[in-house]
Amino acid sequence: MIELMNDSRALLGRHIRHLVRMPEKLISMTVMPVAYVAVFGVLFGSAISLPGAEYHDYLMAGIFAQTMLMNVSGTGLGVADDLNNGLVDRFRSLPITSTPVMIARTTSNVLLTVLSSIAMSVVGFAIGWRTEAGPLSVLGGFGLLLLLGIGMAWLGAWLGLVLRSPEVINPVTFMVIMPLTFLSNAFIPLNGLPSWLRTICQWNPLSVVVAACRKLFGNDIATSQAGALVVRNPEPRALLLTVALSAIMAPLAVRAYRKAAAG
Amino acid sequence: MDNVIQAEGLRKNYGDRLAVRSVDLSVPGGSVLGVLGPNGAGKTTLVRMLATLLDVDGGHAEVAGYDVTRHPRKVRERIGLTGQYAAVDSRLTARENLRLIGRLHHLDRFAAERRGEELLRRFDLLDAADRYVGTYSGGMRRRVDLAASLIGEPMVLFLDEPTTGLDPASRQVLWDSITEQVEAGTSVLLTTQYLEEADRLADRVVVIDEGSVAAEGKPAELKSRVGGERLRVVVRERSELPGAISALAPIAPEEPDVDTATGEVSIELRNGVESLAQAAEALRGAGVEPDEFGLYRPSLDDVFLSLIGDRTVTEQSALGKART
Repeated sequence: MIELMNDSRALLGRHIRHLVRMPEKLISMTVMPVAYVAVFGVLFGSAISLPGAEYHDYLMAGIFAQTMLMNVSGTGLGVADDLNNGLVDRFRSLPITSTPVMIARTTSNVLLTVLSSIAMSVVGFAIGWRTEAGPLSVLGGFGLLLLLGIGMAWLGAWLGLVLRSPEVINPVTFMVIMPLTFLSNAFIPLNGLPSWLRTICQWNPLSVVVAACRKLFGNDIATSQAGALVVRNPEPRALLLTVALSAIMAPLAVRAYRKAAAG
Repeated sequence: MDNVIQAEGLRKNYGDRLAVRSVDLSVPGGSVLGVLGPNGAGKTTLVRMLATLLDVDGGHAEVAGYDVTRHPRKVRERIGLTGQYAAVDSRLTARENLRLIGRLHHLDRFAAERRGEELLRRFDLLDAADRYVGTYSGGMRRRVDLAASLIGEPMVLFLDEPTTGLDPASRQVLWDSITEQVEAGTSVLLTTQYLEEADRLADRVVVIDEGSVAAEGKPAELKSRVGGERLRVVVRERSELPGAISALAPIAPEEPDVDTATGEVSIELRNGVESLAQAAEALRGAGVEPDEFGLYRPSLDDVFLSLIGDRTVTEQSALGKART
């Protein structure tokens, strides 16, 4: 266990050096979400009116969740990069297991999205976003987002290892992220949707997580949640979903890594 | 000394295709085994199985005293691997690369640092140690890679085509480092397409073709298998060829080899200088004034080509040497 931690830490050091040395990646991962917050918050905010609430309050949980989904492509591409440059062989010939290699990879990507989330919080605050719950509850909301990010990073790692080539990883992760994000309550209140579409969106697991975050941030708007079976009392379900995602994807990714490296 | 690599009936298949059919090999401690073969012969697959990177489909192998399937971890603690392309992180400096590998060998921070510095000095990389490896030349990268595989002070070193694609000067530098390492007591398994490389570095050579061992022995033994020293004569005028053949035939133990296109006659020399003098005498008697007249020792190329034959004509050009 100590060895697993030491190995993971040594390998994480490598990823952090990469991040520091490629500021363009850091910048694109920060500027993009920040731009989303500004554009969505201000533009959509003036177009979408919520009874008795501000759109930017509604938006923040959703846009954090979207940022966490970016872990899928980030991790997937990173894993494929390592697979294709021979480093995997090097690691495989060392007296370490596959697990720390994967832990370091996913952790570094999650760290990156945590940094973007901090930047987004600042911009969100600037355009008027305020949490309306106790600090523990707010912290719980961010914790849930972190769990979502970790789960998505493991999903990305698994996809990257199975698909292997960036040309395939890009469109596939896009196809995972897009419907998850837009067929959800992340950006739009679901009341206005036709009922069949609303049902789909409500059963989208991301909607559950976003609803839970909103509630924990104190940004939930009673009206927009009314009648939604799945998103009623969402916190325990969101916790279960995000933990289950990691619990399923992490072992799968480690196994896929072992297989990809031995192939 | 005991064998540090011992493989029996080693087999690997990819679907229906047998990449390695049934390979037996042994490497005594402190020696260098050269594994020769054309592209796709199964050399890399063999190395990857022995280095625990690939699952073994049949047979078994022990490396550094441990079974590769049952105790891969023990094996990994005792081996170093340098692959066909430099497996180092191009976005880290050489110093950082070596430190990282040291940490992953579970050296503590100071030991990892010390070992890294030692290897940087030895491989003449100190000046460039803080540059990203991505900015290095091919030869330098290969040196970092070799240094990385030596961090754990391996008992057995696997070198999979270590100098493929390098210029002659870099190749020389790498050869010297390998020789130095062998002198320090490391056993080496080296795959190569360059016969010169095997000749230069290997104590024993195994020729692999289509996943099986086609020949095995010391380089000298393999060479003597295709015949001993030969005399090679090239005539100036095509018309002198019959004269040359009939002059040399009595000296040769077997029919002379004749290449009418190049005007070349070659015979085996059984009695060294004695036969050489006889041949010169005979040619003068026949009034043949040769363009070339010289001794010729078979190289591993000849061994290789006599074993693998014309089937691999395309690979032949990759060997960088044409048959004389």
